[in-house]
Amino acid sequence: MSEDFDIELRLLSQPRYLCVARAAVGAAVEKLGYSDGLCGQIMLAVDEAVANVIRHGYDGRADQPIWVRFRPTGLPDEASPAGFVIVIDDLAKQVDPAVIKSRDLEDVRPGGIGVHIIQKIMDHVSYEPRPEGGMRLTMIKNPTAPRRDSTSSER
Amino acid sequence: MSDLITSQQPLDDGFCVGLTGDIDLSRSPQLRQDLIQLTEQTPGRLVVDMTEVPYMDSSGVATLVEALQRQRKHNGKMVLCGLQPKVLSIFEIARLDMVFTIVEDLDAAKNA
Repeated sequence: MSEDFDIELRLLSQPRYLCVARAAVGAAVEKLGYSDGLCGQIMLAVDEAVANVIRHGYDGRADQPIWVRFRPTGLPDEASPAGFVIVIDDLAKQVDPAVIKSRDLEDVRPGGIGVHIIQKIMDHVSYEPRPEGGMRLTMIKNPTAPRRDSTSSER
Repeated sequence: MSDLITSQQPLDDGFCVGLTGDIDLSRSPQLRQDLIQLTEQTPGRLVVDMTEVPYMDSSGVATLVEALQRQRKHNGKMVLCGLQPKVLSIFEIARLDMVFTIVEDLDAAKNA
């Protein structure tokens, strides 16, 4: 799909492949110098993003494609690891990015916290409809940037 | 019972189950069924030992939230123990670490 990324995975929309997506990204960010704890959180963000595509985008259909792509945005130095970009594409139904939001966490009930988790872990999260169909999620981690709230809509 | 649950131990006021392996969307539906079956059979205190769970995502957490609500509805109690740092992290991110009773180990869970 793109030559600009170091890693590209194509998965079928099956929950049993979530471990593949998170393991691949986890190994990549570990190579960039991220701590074990932060690697775990980044793997969680990827897991939540792909699971959202499976559950909400594809309504549980197991035969649909999901692309996970990864590239660093610089080189690690002594002070911090490099940043990176993760892009997750699908061919699922298109939705207005404005409706993809976290719910109120004060209301304790099962489910609906995936968006909050992604938003909390990543520095930038944005959703957009793809011209060819489906949705695109872009997640950016920039460890040298001050922590800020996401400026885009989240699922 | 599925391969998610590796041990079941009766307690004076309930029982303890030990879970094992990664718990994500591929396994959380089975965990839900297991916990429903167990809590219907044995009301009271439910201790979930997660010492052997290296990873859990929000679907696993949702399953535990549902079990907690079920326990409370029937005047039971639910205690989580043995959470590895990566697993505890998701409870903290989701601000559920203050909703659940989370203790270090099984001995503490029996008295929590």
